[in-house]
Amino acid sequence: MSGTKTAGDKQPFLQIEHMTKRFGQFTALDRISLQIERGEFVCFLGPSGCGKTTLLRAIAGLDLQDEGRVTMDGRDVSFAPPSARDFGIVFQSYALFPNLTVSANVGYGLVNQRWSKSRIKERVTELLALVGLPDQGDKYPVQLSGGQQQRVALARALATSPGLLLLDEPLSALDARVRLRLREQIRDLQRDLGVTTIMVTHDQEEALTMADRIVVMNHGVIEQIGTPIEVYATPATAFVADFVGTMSFFEGTLQSSRKLKVAGIDLACSDDRGLAAGTKVTVGLRPEEVRVRDVTADTPNRVAVYIDDLEFMGAFCRARLLTVSGDVPILADFSVNLMRDMAVSVGKHLTVALPEQSLHVFATPIDELTTEEAA
Amino acid sequence: MADLAPAASRAILSRRRGFPVPSENAVAGILVALLCVFLLISIALPLYALLSKSFQNASGEFVGLRNFAAYFANPILVDSLFNSLFIASLSTIIVIPLAFTYAYALTRTCMPAKALFYALALLPLFAPSLMSALSLVYIFGNQGFLRWMLMGNSIYGPIGIVIAQVTYTFPHAVLILVTALGLSDGRLYEVANALGTSKTRIFRTVTLPGAQYGLISATFVVFTLVITDFGIPKVIGGQYNVLATDVYRAVVGQQNFEMGAVVGMILLVPAVIAFGVDRIVNRRQVALLSARAVPYQPGPNRRRDIGFVIYCLVVAVLVAAALGVAVWASFIRYWPYNLSLTTANYNFPRFDPNGWGPYFTSLKLAVLASVIGTTVIFTGAYIIEKTKAFPFARGFAHFLAMMPVAVPGLVLGLGYVFFFNAPWNPLNIFYATLTILVVNTITHFFTVSHITALTALKQIDREFEAVSASLKVPFWNTFRRVTVPICLPSILDIAVYLFINAMTTVSAVIFLYGAQTKLASISIVHMDEAGFIAAAAAMATMIVATSVGVKILHILLDRYVLARFQFWRRK
Ligand SMILES: Nc1ncnc2c1ncn2[C@@H]1O[C@H](COP(=O)(O)OP(=O)(O)OP(=O)(O)O)[C@@H](O)[C@H]1O
Ligand SMILES: [Mg+2]
Repeated sequence: MSGTKTAGDKQPFLQIEHMTKRFGQFTALDRISLQIERGEFVCFLGPSGCGKTTLLRAIAGLDLQDEGRVTMDGRDVSFAPPSARDFGIVFQSYALFPNLTVSANVGYGLVNQRWSKSRIKERVTELLALVGLPDQGDKYPVQLSGGQQQRVALARALATSPGLLLLDEPLSALDARVRLRLREQIRDLQRDLGVTTIMVTHDQEEALTMADRIVVMNHGVIEQIGTPIEVYATPATAFVADFVGTMSFFEGTLQSSRKLKVAGIDLACSDDRGLAAGTKVTVGLRPEEVRVRDVTADTPNRVAVYIDDLEFMGAFCRARLLTVSGDVPILADFSVNLMRDMAVSVGKHLTVALPEQSLHVFATPIDELTTEEAA
Repeated sequence: MADLAPAASRAILSRRRGFPVPSENAVAGILVALLCVFLLISIALPLYALLSKSFQNASGEFVGLRNFAAYFANPILVDSLFNSLFIASLSTIIVIPLAFTYAYALTRTCMPAKALFYALALLPLFAPSLMSALSLVYIFGNQGFLRWMLMGNSIYGPIGIVIAQVTYTFPHAVLILVTALGLSDGRLYEVANALGTSKTRIFRTVTLPGAQYGLISATFVVFTLVITDFGIPKVIGGQYNVLATDVYRAVVGQQNFEMGAVVGMILLVPAVIAFGVDRIVNRRQVALLSARAVPYQPGPNRRRDIGFVIYCLVVAVLVAAALGVAVWASFIRYWPYNLSLTTANYNFPRFDPNGWGPYFTSLKLAVLASVIGTTVIFTGAYIIEKTKAFPFARGFAHFLAMMPVAVPGLVLGLGYVFFFNAPWNPLNIFYATLTILVVNTITHFFTVSHITALTALKQIDREFEAVSASLKVPFWNTFRRVTVPICLPSILDIAVYLFINAMTTVSAVIFLYGAQTKLASISIVHMDEAGFIAAAAAMATMIVATSVGVKILHILLDRYVLARFQFWRRK
């Protein structure tokens, strides 16, 4: 969509600097800084109450921040009212006007722009076709399914061709199948239109599949900003590692550069974040990274374990392994055919390998992780 | 998306060409400011005038508590205080159990015709309080056909006042108690039954505690209504003095404003306590009911249900009779000697120099209060609830909007006398005009309407204004196109509520009417004073007929017309 794109523009489309928002004593956003490029699809991801919605509403100007600046398309809009900013928004509740038809809802913002009736009609038709609801214009919102209502809300937000599209958990009120389909539709639409988009979600899978970049938030601060692959493969903090995907954590001590000791077992790791030798660290490992097949005498990072518990998860089994020396718990995912081939059952002793590049070292001591993360 | 690009650039162009509109915050700010000014003038300053007057002497000098001392030094006035307390306590003690049993029957039994019984109980709401007193005069008065039942006692005095007050306050208590008993958790009963608990024990340990807040609230409301009511003791009090009639005599009869102010302050006490209790009780009552509560569904029980039908029938007939006798008597040629029917008593010019004028003034007042009041109150509630700017001013406006419910009509009327009749006040040109009656009536019934509007507004999506802002549509467009159509049923409720109360109110306006603005309810008082009781009953009948007519119209409108405009609610 060349209409909103200016060639050779180096400046980020949206820039947030040191944004802070307090509710009384409670700090909902703590000096958030963030840049979003033109045409990007960014997800704010984090647990409930971490401040995602607050950040989104501050960007929209619906609830002003206490401190900090917002620059939109080169314009300082820090204190501008919402109507002076350029965005469309879709809420979790959709907020469709129940007494207006679908067409009137979609054309709601156009009426105000003194467009002629026929042009509005044309544009509404175009938008309804765009979201895949070509013949539903005369219905009322109650007569539509949740997914359809969601798409009407999307069409309404896009009607005025805003430079920025804000989505606050747009899919969370829908059932799982509809959610999957809409994920794709929203993503395709966004690519086609090239509209810069921010979507709030607490569903990591949604963020991983849809976003160009993910902003992981917790307790009002940004834990990590990165592409889905970066966030998943190289989590910056134990929180990110645990929130995005699954990770088991155990305590270790740094021996020397890239050498760890966990319960008396020596392990090599690829990254120690420059921590001093002797530091107590938390080691994280994704369950799917635990190797069981082809572990030979010269495989590095071999650990003798036995199976403490098995949990059937459908396509695979999640095993809780305990190291033979020290009873350190490690989670591992075993595919169904691996289970069969190796005759895995509770109590069985195995030798597994913990690949060097899969061991993530975090400086946070394990007892400072929340119980949820340390599980 | 090549086809979207031209549309997009056109959109931007037309936005730039758009005409400048006033800033939304500025409009919201002006509206909040107007609301605050209105409420300051209509409630806060009159109350302040009353307060300061009670500490001043006739020439406006501050005299501390001297007026209060003078009041309590006068044994006749102190007698009225005790009389008022006695009447209010006795009426409350009688009406609460009556209303509780009635409300229990409506909510916790399977008796038939519940809607009809509910409607009958609410009937007195459509009449001026003194109408039941008029009926009592016909039944038990000097010419009453049941006079022998009083065994030589006179109906003019405490007996008459209490009976009339019980009728007048009964629907108020029933309304509160039906709500309280309706908010019950059916699971508690299932558990109690499963544990083999006896019926009386369930009643004591589940039903009563569940309704206790409603009972407390109803007790205070009834007590306050009785102690501040003016119409009933005026008509049937005889020589028995109470605070409300003292105020009237002091202010209207003797122009003793200081004493009036002192009594006004005394009357404010129970009302303010009732208000405070109600707020606490409301909060607790909501907390009592968890989100998972399941409403109680009574099961049929023949003996119990028949018992309650008989009870409700008796009570409803008595309530209906308390109004009906006056209606009947208004068509009687010469009570009790010639019971043939006539409309002669409706020939008001024979009894009151203003003739039919007061009725039409009342009608005009009711229409104006209803239309203007609904507009002001609903718009005000919208600004308070849905706009974001000026949080302090909006909070202040809400605070002011909650005040009137704590101020009895009589006290409000007094405040108006002191504030709007003051020589220094440029607003005194409005004194005794229809304007001040409209303002007074809107203010008197502001809080309940305000809460109704807020409740309706809270039920619609919080994000409509945010969506509009993102689409650059100012909030007043969304108010007009979306909010008002959605809230139409509640808006109509408010309009009807204001209309009916404007028709029936006596106590506030008794101080404020002028020669050209006498109201129907005041005309009743005057005709009764002049001994034209049948004409007074006829005027009361006109009021009831009008209010009930409007209510029926409301129900029909709600059910048949409004429903057609709400087609978007149907799947
Ligand atoms: N108006 C408010 N007053 C007080 N606290 C608030 C207010 N709005 C939000 N908060 C608090 O700020 C924190 C962040 O809220 P926010 O709505 O941004 O969370 P969120 O990340 O969107 O969570 P969710 O996934 O549940 O929507 C929460 O702890 C919330 O309780
Ligand atoms: Mg949220």
